[in-house]
Amino acid sequence: MDSKNVFVAGEYDVIVVGAGHAGVEAALAAARIGCDTLLTTLSMDNIALMPCNPSVGGPAKGHLVRELDALGGEMGVNADKTCIQFRMLNTGKGPAVHALRAQADKKLYQFTMKETCENTENLDVKQLLIDKLLVEDGHVTGVQSETGEIYKAKAVIMATGTYLKGRIIIGEHTYTGGPAGQRAAMKFSDSLAEAGVKLMRFKTGTPARVDARTLDYDKMEIQPGDEECRNFSFMSDEVTREQIPCYLTYTNEETHKILRDNMERAPMANGIIEGIGPRYCPSIETKILRFPDKERHQLFLEPEGRHTNEVYVQGMSTSMPMDVQLEFLRTIPGLEHAKVMRAGYAIEYDCIDPTQLKPTLEFKQIHGFFSAGQANGTSGYEEAAAQGIIAGINAAMLIKGEEPLVLKRSEAYIGVLIDDLVTKGTNEPYRIMTSRAEYRLLLRQDNADQRLTPLGRRVGLVKDDRWARYTEKQTAITEALAYLSENSINPTKEITETLVAAGIEPVRNATSFYDLLRRPDVDYDKLASLFDLPELTKEVKQQVEITITYEGYIKKQLEQVERMEKLEEKLLPETLDYDEVPSLRDEGREKLKAIRPRSVGQASRISGVSPADISVLLVWLEQQQRIKASEEKANV
Amino acid sequence: MQGDTISAIATAQGEGGIGIIRLSGDKAVDIADRLFQPVSGRKLMDYESHRAVYGRIVDVEGRTVDEAIALIMKAPHSYTREDVVELQCHGGVMSLRKTLALTYEHGARPAEGGEFTKRAFLNGRLDLSQAQAVMDIITAKTDRSLKMATGHLTGQFSQQIKAWRHEILGQIAHLEAAIDFPEDEVDDVVTETVREKVVDVRKHIAKLLQTAGTGRILREGLMTAIVGKPNVGKSSLLNALLQEERAIVTDIPGTTRDSIEEYANVGGVPLRIIDTAGIRATEDVVERIGVEKSRQMINQAALVLALFDGSRPLDHEDEEILSLLAGQEAIVLLNKSDLAAVVTAEELSAQAAVPVIEISTKDYSGMDKLTDAIKAKVYGGAVLADEGSFVSDERQVNLLRNADKHLAAALTTIDAGMGLDFISIDLRSAWETLGEITGDTVGEDIIDEIFSKFCIGK
Repeated sequence: MDSKNVFVAGEYDVIVVGAGHAGVEAALAAARIGCDTLLTTLSMDNIALMPCNPSVGGPAKGHLVRELDALGGEMGVNADKTCIQFRMLNTGKGPAVHALRAQADKKLYQFTMKETCENTENLDVKQLLIDKLLVEDGHVTGVQSETGEIYKAKAVIMATGTYLKGRIIIGEHTYTGGPAGQRAAMKFSDSLAEAGVKLMRFKTGTPARVDARTLDYDKMEIQPGDEECRNFSFMSDEVTREQIPCYLTYTNEETHKILRDNMERAPMANGIIEGIGPRYCPSIETKILRFPDKERHQLFLEPEGRHTNEVYVQGMSTSMPMDVQLEFLRTIPGLEHAKVMRAGYAIEYDCIDPTQLKPTLEFKQIHGFFSAGQANGTSGYEEAAAQGIIAGINAAMLIKGEEPLVLKRSEAYIGVLIDDLVTKGTNEPYRIMTSRAEYRLLLRQDNADQRLTPLGRRVGLVKDDRWARYTEKQTAITEALAYLSENSINPTKEITETLVAAGIEPVRNATSFYDLLRRPDVDYDKLASLFDLPELTKEVKQQVEITITYEGYIKKQLEQVERMEKLEEKLLPETLDYDEVPSLRDEGREKLKAIRPRSVGQASRISGVSPADISVLLVWLEQQQRIKASEEKANV
Repeated sequence: MQGDTISAIATAQGEGGIGIIRLSGDKAVDIADRLFQPVSGRKLMDYESHRAVYGRIVDVEGRTVDEAIALIMKAPHSYTREDVVELQCHGGVMSLRKTLALTYEHGARPAEGGEFTKRAFLNGRLDLSQAQAVMDIITAKTDRSLKMATGHLTGQFSQQIKAWRHEILGQIAHLEAAIDFPEDEVDDVVTETVREKVVDVRKHIAKLLQTAGTGRILREGLMTAIVGKPNVGKSSLLNALLQEERAIVTDIPGTTRDSIEEYANVGGVPLRIIDTAGIRATEDVVERIGVEKSRQMINQAALVLALFDGSRPLDHEDEEILSLLAGQEAIVLLNKSDLAAVVTAEELSAQAAVPVIEISTKDYSGMDKLTDAIKAKVYGGAVLADEGSFVSDERQVNLLRNADKHLAAALTTIDAGMGLDFISIDLRSAWETLGEITGDTVGEDIIDEIFSKFCIGK
């Protein structure tokens, strides 16, 4: 098509293709930073759709939500407004792995997010199916919709989720489509391939939704939310919330027998499914095959909202034929009379190989073109949203000519997630886990603001209200810590009696409150009840206690970070020709050429790049720097 | 500055009389100060830069390892432009290796291939024209040291390490699964079980560490000195050990300085017996240099066989030799003769603070006990099947010790009642350190293990 004769329907700084969890965060970030932004979706009714489970958060995922909130993102705020159950998980473990998980009212979540998008300055939202990416001389120039018109842009972010050549599979039945009865985008991935983008094919799945009226909850275990009201967002002040419980039940031998007897009808067994599925989210038929000795598997019945009877059967993801789904569901205690409202299904889709991206999420080979979310081979709403905000910020930084935002592995789970994707790639839908982070103690959900809000401020996403709240909290923490280390108690008779009465080992010498708080038998409240200490908010108190109690461990990790940091700070020029670097081993050279790492630190994490290759790179960088310096000197 | 402090033997081994250990980095002086005692009684770190200081290398228990000259070169006036300390050691290969191991113990890390040169370049010590050469050196040296490192890895040894890693990995995976999937059906982690596994692996590591050096000894021979005053029967003992096989007589210049060494095979352990020529000569003619000579030989040796005459009361010379044995790997031998015994094994044992073996260089009785004692020393008391299961170089020893430290830390964490995630930190460090021995990289192993062991997912 001759692009000169087509209708240009709009010109933007940034266009975001897809309005799922990655897309909305990307668009909101770019618009809030001040870029003229267009958010396109193939259905205005499905912005921020949750096509799979109705929950947000959990270990590492909840951390991501806190982090993107600290940067000025929307997911945390939106979840706080619309979720119907909150639980803090892992409270018996260290503070670094405490994780907030919430059950969302799906429709409320969506419509609240839609409302936010529609009312954000600099942001247009349009229902469009995008067919084509427009690229000229390695620079993105815009997109073209299925109806032929063109939207021009300086930067384009693809956040296409599982919609590219989406294919739904239920037993022997397959059809093209997106998740939850949506259209699929059938042409966009061809346009990507044409632009030289390497694609992969992944698969994921979802369980059936059953009718709440047909469930017998008496036969299940109730799972209520926490009594204490907590929030994802550092900006939310919710103190009470009406909650809805979930229920726990189990499969049994009869369920397994039905699945085993019908295994040849399972699409993943009979070859209908070709895409690669995630290991952490196996279908029930996969679970039976891989863990034949397990007598039962747990299932959570999770309500999808206040105004629906649809209940999500967590643990029961399947693409079995409809008759099999119904048959095995009804073997489960409490589900004997269950009516299925939506069948479980598997979906296959095109995604990109994320090693084609820079850590900014811009494609290395197409200037101004970014990718975020499930389209990058990840899984999960939180992973998608976390990438979305980074892509949105970096598109804006590119347009404004400012430094991009690349979060380090020692700085955020978002950094771990993106570094893993662009450095190692993935061969299954990638899920974040706390075990993927090497500096877990530093990346706590409680200190996400401390780690990231100043960075959000730097890029212009943290507005004055959040900044004021943040600085106030930090000042309070600093002052409290100073007070505690500067003030001490002496081993006087009176103080000894006070301590003993409170069940605290007495002090032998003058001891600061700071040192007292190191003791396992002392916490701030206990100390404050005995001595005159400043009154602290819950959040400040928590930071003070964690800082003091875990000081030794935190210090150890900070030292490790410092060692690694030196390599992270050594940036490799984008124009670097690895064929010109002598002494690299062949394998290392090939890997470096393929990944084109941003820093020596990133290079050191590429499998196949040896420590000797890294040393060679360091020497080579130094050599180039000196050549440059001597040339500059000669030119003066 | 590259941050950490590195150390390595800077001279080619087996060449030249002096071996140099070079330390470079922020803590070079600090580390050297802890293992080097100037004879002046001052502290090494109080000396100014570029002064040669004479003194002793001492181990953590304060025992002398070697005589040495220390040379401090403060940044930027050194090869690497960092603080550098060179320790010129005199005592041959054994004490050089001991000294190197001490630098690790005090906080240095083994230098990577070409690392001194790399630092020299990065810190601006070498000029631009040398960049290419530097890069070549790095690649070549790393290749060589890698080959050497993996060359030392025999099947049995690396299989052992891999088995322990697997044990630890299983525990890590369980901890991590419990942390990352608190709502899934992961059995509760019983910290007592974790503790038992950790204690078990530590026992194995301790056992393996006892064999430190055994592999090398079996390859290169154990430097052995036979000492004792004149006419005590050294020559006869030598002949007994050599079993009349005049096998190989070598002259290795430098390491043993102008003396002749001979190899004896004792129960499968090759002994490199120092100065056999001297032993023979001095037994023939009347010897006057006894104690001084003994002292020199003891300094070179990894094993000392000290011979005493049971038919004569211990004299001043015997006592001096006994005193030289302090801190040495020594076996005390009481030579019986036809004459009535005036010195008993018990008596000598009390004085030497080591067990005493009674032998007769006439009828060779007691030689089997000596053989057992030598084997016990070399094999660390354990009877091991073949060379495969020995630690054979300082790098491995260093890594094993570090892994063990992490495991000990894990036990402390368990005892302190810290959360599961804290236990996991120490176990991961131990697991990674053991991986460095076998060259197994980190990768996705933990996550693979979680998914293969636990049925997880929505």
